[in-house]
Amino acid sequence: MTAVQVRAPHAAPESTPPITGPRPSNPPRRKSMVMLLCIAPFLVLIFLFSYFPLFGWVYSLYDYKPALGLSGSEFVGLQWFQMLVSSPTQLAQIGQVLLNTLAISFLGIAASVLPLGFAVMLNEVKAPWFKNAVQTLTTLPNFISWVLVYVIAFSLFSSSGLVNDVLVDSGLVTAPLKFLDSDQHVWLSMAAWSVWKTLGWGAIIYLAAISGIDQSLYESARIDGAGRFQLMRYITVPQLMPTYIVLLLLSIANLLNNGMEQYYVFQNAFNKEHLQVLDLYVYNIGMTGNSLSLATAVGMLKSLVSVALLFAVNGIAKRVRGESIV
Amino acid sequence: MTTLVTTARRGTRASRTVGDVLFTALNTAGFVLVALICAYPFYYLVINSISANDVSALGNVRLWPTGLHLANFREVFSINGLSTAAAVTIARTVIGTSATVFASAFLGFMFTQERMWGRLFWYRFTVTTMYFSAGLIPVFIVMKNLGLTNNFLVYILPLVVQPFFIILVKTYVEGLPREMQEAAEVDGANIVQVFFRIYLPSMTPILATVAIFAAVAQWNSFQDTLIYVTDQSLYTLQYLLYMFINQASSLAQAAQNADGNIGLVASAATTQTPTSIRMTVSVIVVLPIIFIYPLFQRFFVKGIMLGAVKG
Repeated sequence: MTAVQVRAPHAAPESTPPITGPRPSNPPRRKSMVMLLCIAPFLVLIFLFSYFPLFGWVYSLYDYKPALGLSGSEFVGLQWFQMLVSSPTQLAQIGQVLLNTLAISFLGIAASVLPLGFAVMLNEVKAPWFKNAVQTLTTLPNFISWVLVYVIAFSLFSSSGLVNDVLVDSGLVTAPLKFLDSDQHVWLSMAAWSVWKTLGWGAIIYLAAISGIDQSLYESARIDGAGRFQLMRYITVPQLMPTYIVLLLLSIANLLNNGMEQYYVFQNAFNKEHLQVLDLYVYNIGMTGNSLSLATAVGMLKSLVSVALLFAVNGIAKRVRGESIV
Repeated sequence: MTTLVTTARRGTRASRTVGDVLFTALNTAGFVLVALICAYPFYYLVINSISANDVSALGNVRLWPTGLHLANFREVFSINGLSTAAAVTIARTVIGTSATVFASAFLGFMFTQERMWGRLFWYRFTVTTMYFSAGLIPVFIVMKNLGLTNNFLVYILPLVVQPFFIILVKTYVEGLPREMQEAAEVDGANIVQVFFRIYLPSMTPILATVAIFAAVAQWNSFQDTLIYVTDQSLYTLQYLLYMFINQASSLAQAAQNADGNIGLVASAATTQTPTSIRMTVSVIVVLPIIFIYPLFQRFFVKGIMLGAVKG
């Protein structure tokens, strides 16, 4: 989303109606207020669900008990923020959560070259029907829920699942491997499921960009004797870089926001330590542990850091590319 | 079918070197593999859901259905709560999608109206919400105070206004000829009439994109049930599916034991096994998406490209 076009709010319409036309029955000022009234119900919804909850950040300064309400709860100042770093155990826990969050995010960033490679390679496929079939089949996982992804993971990778059945039947392993209920390679497997779900979909944007590349670049390169790989290396990939960089910067801005749904459905007693990311941690301590105020404090810090990251990334984009990305 | 994203053909007469042929073969093989990895799990769910339950329970259904057993679909709906969950899911998808599409169309259009009082401010007021969130707990407390917990409206109201869709529509409207509105206004139409009679009909492609995204999101939504709903009559299919998989073993007992009545997953003297129930419910959940999405693919590929232009 590039910067909003800057126009004076009251600027006259680009072309005024012909003078011979009938005069508007309402004075323009009133008309412009009527238009605002038309969208007012929606603005109320936005305020209620996006802006109003920001006042809830004060819960982080109280020992909030839902039964007592805010007025009945005790004001504790910065106690929750201090508590996050107070004891070594607490510090270790929040450190682990942050580590999980960053590790999974960075694996995601590392995997962001895959859709680009996918698109470049798919572009080399000549038969349109094959291209279509591949695109349709690989974008399908993007449209299912994480719950269903988990069902699939469970039917394929649980100890009685297909993969273990095949492995045991063929004598490759003696006991079923614990793909899901183990703490090993959790970051990798989470990243792998994300790749499975989003690879084909992520490639669409690059395929679109490839279709927009000026064909004369290829022609002149071919006249100069460039082969297939040279065309890919010196034209296609460099032409995709601006798109890649925008997406990369956005994913950096979202470093701390990896959502909770994926991790919620995959979490269990075995893998929780390395799978609990910030969003899931907030849910676990707030909704199941009932530390509403502590969870608010963590969530608030996360939101503030995310917004700061977004501004930083936007600033970099402005300096490097001369245009902002948000 | 036309190519989804057309790329110009090039170099068809280029010399076919050995390396070239080898590359084409490897590339094709690679894509066959990737496509299989993406598609086989869905096929696996389907063949297991229609196979004999005792065979599928042993995990022996791998390549094709064995001992056809289509009654699974009827039997699964006799599990308590499943038809309610299906009704809730369908209702939220239909109502929620309509509301989102209407709001996106209307707001997208209105934000192109330069005469609107404070247009730029209200546009930013809307779009800014894409980039921050107060966080789970404050939002939860607001929902609770508004009486939206254990309320069907929690599936609808928070999702009505979605800035990304509004940006898509606004960009689209800006590409339409301005004269349409002027002509209608000369004829005495007011802004609401201009929207409904003139602009809405010409927005179909972009609204189809918004509709499919909104519908898929509604259909797949799991988190809002998890956070805001404890009332079983408001459970959605996704939530039920999650419970089914987490209660796999107790579920088997419940389904096989006609008297077993543990909460949702009750009764029905059937031959159901945990595997057959999971697979069948999964297929019920995923089938609409598998059928509808190829039809709409053209639209949302265009939609995401339009989004990409702005993004």
